[in-house]
Amino acid sequence: MDSKRRDFLKIAGLTAIAGIAAPSAFNTLLKGEAIAAGGHGAAAPTGKRYGMVIDVKKFTENPGLAEQCISACHTIHNVPDFGNRKDEIKWLWIESYEHAFTTASQYKRPDALKDMPILTLCNHCDNPPCVRACPTKATFKKKDGIVGMDYHRCIGCRFCMAACPYGARSFNWRDPRGKDANGQPFIKSENPKYPARMRGVVEKCNFCTERLAIGQIPACVEVAAQTKAIVFGDINDPESEISQVLKTSFTIQRNPAIGTYPSLFYII
Amino acid sequence: MIEKAFKGSTGYWVWMLFLLSIMGMGGLFYVQQFNYGLGITGMSRDVTWGIYISQFTFLVGVAAGGLMLVLPYYIHDYKAFGRIVILGEFMAIAAIAMCLMFIIADLGQPMRALNVMLYPTPNSMLFWDMIVLNGYLFLNILCGWVVLQSEYKGIKYPKWIKPFIYLSIPWAISIHTVTAFLYCGLPGRHFWLTAILAPRFLASAFAAGPALLMVIAMILKKTTKFDVGREAQDKLVTIIGYAAMLNFFFLGCEFFVAYYSQIPGHMHTLDYLFWGLGHGDQVYNNLVPFMRASVIMGLAGIALIFVSRAKQSDGLLVVSCLLIFISFWIDKGLGLVLGGFVPSPLEYVTEYVPSVQELGITAAIWATGFFILSILYKVAISVKLEKEA
Repeated sequence: MDSKRRDFLKIAGLTAIAGIAAPSAFNTLLKGEAIAAGGHGAAAPTGKRYGMVIDVKKFTENPGLAEQCISACHTIHNVPDFGNRKDEIKWLWIESYEHAFTTASQYKRPDALKDMPILTLCNHCDNPPCVRACPTKATFKKKDGIVGMDYHRCIGCRFCMAACPYGARSFNWRDPRGKDANGQPFIKSENPKYPARMRGVVEKCNFCTERLAIGQIPACVEVAAQTKAIVFGDINDPESEISQVLKTSFTIQRNPAIGTYPSLFYII
Repeated sequence: MIEKAFKGSTGYWVWMLFLLSIMGMGGLFYVQQFNYGLGITGMSRDVTWGIYISQFTFLVGVAAGGLMLVLPYYIHDYKAFGRIVILGEFMAIAAIAMCLMFIIADLGQPMRALNVMLYPTPNSMLFWDMIVLNGYLFLNILCGWVVLQSEYKGIKYPKWIKPFIYLSIPWAISIHTVTAFLYCGLPGRHFWLTAILAPRFLASAFAAGPALLMVIAMILKKTTKFDVGREAQDKLVTIIGYAAMLNFFFLGCEFFVAYYSQIPGHMHTLDYLFWGLGHGDQVYNNLVPFMRASVIMGLAGIALIFVSRAKQSDGLLVVSCLLIFISFWIDKGLGLVLGGFVPSPLEYVTEYVPSVQELGITAAIWATGFFILSILYKVAISVKLEKEA
């Protein structure tokens, strides 16, 4: 069966299921059962879902560690450095508490909070607005919870960038494989194991999905491994290390009120 | 029928050549953008949509504005719009053509534009926008052309076209509703996240579209023998005037919700647009003069348009329509889209200033729209005048 026919049957089948399921879904909504999934509660704990706990205190205790994580990430993923804010592309970066947690209270915070390096990256939301917005499925949610990008399908409309409430997405405003006026390449040393992008497409952190596929842990987690500043794993597996951390520590999330269910947690 | 577009006065040819020269200039800028990437524009990581998408948003409204002529004429059999309704339909064609060009100009990978159709994604509002815009373009070409051709042949339009005309009415509402849904369904963008956005879009569309039409009709009255008629003119004043008032009512509702609730996120963008937004030790306010001018021009336009009718003054009518059109162009063609990005979700303030290339491409797309419009109007008016002679 060719793929077009299969796609057609899939859509036809889904339409039929939607037709049958719609009334019951509607009833559920009316009865208020669906509301339990909304608000500030947790998303449904089924299947694998990769998540991350970032312990900001440990980054404060280990100056330079955050920068090392960023450098590892950006080198491995051929993230270009254009040297200006307008063209900037970043997958992982340092943000201040004030900008990372805009919806948290900024009033009478301890001074120490101001200088804390908060590592910021794609939240790999369980309910990602970017995936909803993308008109070509170039950004999509995988079964393991990772929000991925297909750089070859992206048309560069940047709807996902308007949709992302965490500013996690970057656009290739110019050719990332090019050189600056002094002949210096924007990608300092190209890693042949991961594709460099072309201009006109959107990119962002992919939770090192290409490393996970071959049994490695994400690059930033590896760099921070000694300090345990970043814990990575399946948050739906009650036995995982990350689940233990989440059970025993008080963590916060960025803008939880908008129902995106981030997979990132912070210990401040 | 199309041959009418190839016969015209010197003035007609000079106008067309003028438009072509702007199109050529913009074409060169587009080649530059195509080769370098969108970095050639003023857009940035924080302000990811600029003047292209804001023009697109505004022009969807101009296209939808044709509804204000089609609806009275075909549904309520309002005969006085007999001569002007075709202008509304043809303006919709030109406006949608511009919308599509602005979208293509804004794509990072324009060669992949058809991916939207190859991988249909019903959960994306952009997918639906593609459907409703192209559908509306098709409907207006079909209805406008068939009705005009019947007139050309001296017969009444065929019955089969009626369902398409009726369909075009809710379709006009849909294009601007879906375009509003592009914005108002995004969490984390307070300024756009308002249920009143689609109604606001429609109100401004029903004023700005007919206002532009009125200006063109008055130019045609001066330069050709084509006169849409006093009754149509007076009725349009009512439509434009009330739609413009509704728009300001909706804007007032936005102000109330933001400033009475005192929720900072709701106030930030309005602060930025109308008073300037303080951030760090700097105040960002590059859109303030525009937005204030927009309100003043809009309100003045509303007052003057009714005076123009009372005095039966065509000159005043043109001025008031221009005021309303420019006011709403600023409101939607600048403030609405650009304002939504300030402050960013991480509460940084980045101001946007379009580049020369970007402005050139924008001017060229407008010129292309007027080029299409001129051809269509030339045909329509030639046919109308010929039949009446």
